[in-house]
Amino acid sequence: MKSMLAAFMAIALIGVGAHFSLHALEFSAQEVYSGPAVRVD
Amino acid sequence: MLRRLMTVLMLVLLAAPVGVAAQESDTPQIDRSATGGAQTLEDILRRQKGEKVDDTFRREAIGGDAVSAPGLGPLGGASDPELWRALRYNEVDVTTSTRGELGKVLVQDGGMRWYEFRQGPLVTYGGWLLLGTIAVLAVFYLLRGRVRIDGEKAGRTVTRFQAFERFSHWLLAGSFVLLGITGLLTLMGRMFIAPYLGREANAALLTVSKLIHNNVSWAFMLGLILVFVLWVWHNIPNRTDLVWLSQAGGIIGKKHPPAKKFNAGQKLIFWSVIVLGASLSVSGLSLLFPFEMPLFAKTFGFLNDLGAPGWVGFDPLPTALAPQEEMQLAQLWHAIIAFVMMAIILGHIYIGTLGMEGAFDAMGSGEVDEAWAHQHHSIWLEEVKAKEQTATPKDGMPAE
Repeated sequence: MKSMLAAFMAIALIGVGAHFSLHALEFSAQEVYSGPAVRVD
Repeated sequence: MLRRLMTVLMLVLLAAPVGVAAQESDTPQIDRSATGGAQTLEDILRRQKGEKVDDTFRREAIGGDAVSAPGLGPLGGASDPELWRALRYNEVDVTTSTRGELGKVLVQDGGMRWYEFRQGPLVTYGGWLLLGTIAVLAVFYLLRGRVRIDGEKAGRTVTRFQAFERFSHWLLAGSFVLLGITGLLTLMGRMFIAPYLGREANAALLTVSKLIHNNVSWAFMLGLILVFVLWVWHNIPNRTDLVWLSQAGGIIGKKHPPAKKFNAGQKLIFWSVIVLGASLSVSGLSLLFPFEMPLFAKTFGFLNDLGAPGWVGFDPLPTALAPQEEMQLAQLWHAIIAFVMMAIILGHIYIGTLGMEGAFDAMGSGEVDEAWAHQHHSIWLEEVKAKEQTATPKDGMPAE
């Protein structure tokens, strides 16, 4: 069961890592295809 | 019996193109003289009925070139309706400040077809596929019951999967379950959650779902690669698979056909996961990085070159797709493949937990009872035993 729990931890880590990495690299669709001029917040 | 079925299938396949051709030739031409060549009520009614309408009379009615003659309006040789028609059919030379192909598409009527398909057949058939699979598994369980270990357990265990194999499996499995749930929420939330919990709650759920779906996808792709590398050699089909399949793997009946590390059923699951998972990953990446990875225009062109649409009586597939249409098709393909894979994985989860005694241990602790291993993977057990014997000296004394 340790392998299963380790895998679930890895999923969480990879997910959080991907989120921040893609934003840091400015790869998210939100940053690529829109900006302050076209977003209504 | 099989020959009769094949005959019926061949007749249907052969008759289908004839039927389509007959329908096309039966379609009467519409008289548009009363409207001076413009759209008539019959055109509109046919389109509403979903019948095929030759729209060249509209597509090509976009006026002439702009003429800079005194007295003409600023639109030159094109009237307002002609200009809008040109925009609608993507026939006008648009210049936009974005300077990209994406911004030039001002009217994209394919979006409506995508929306209707997404809200209609995709949700309906996809939802019923999942519910139907669960119902079939429930009926199967009631009829067959749990596949038990014949006789007593041996009390000795053998390592079925190493820790890294189990880690890779659960990386793939855990991420797939998360992606499946968040994908279903994204697709069906507006229809099945918003009416009951409210739009605000659904919107919050969608925001979280999108965040999870986009980022957990990387764990899924990594898991898919690891599982492929670890197990591909064990999943090459061989002759024992035919024996296994001919006896339905012992799931139906009492026989236990021999199998190596993976039996034919597991191989089918493996290759389904690899092929469908790869397709999900590619279409998912296309959605994750919008407009950067168009997949369909080239694929359709390739299929047209092969003549594939003609085999089933279809017209050639469109190869001039707007960037938005590429995204719409990627979303539909992604969802269709995901539904098929979810149905297969439901079966896999069933047999790995409730359906078979001792099966979960293989991925839980990695250790399985020898009686279970002998029953379900006899050839593999013999191979493991033989390896153990060669590793241990015959007199039982440790090697110096």
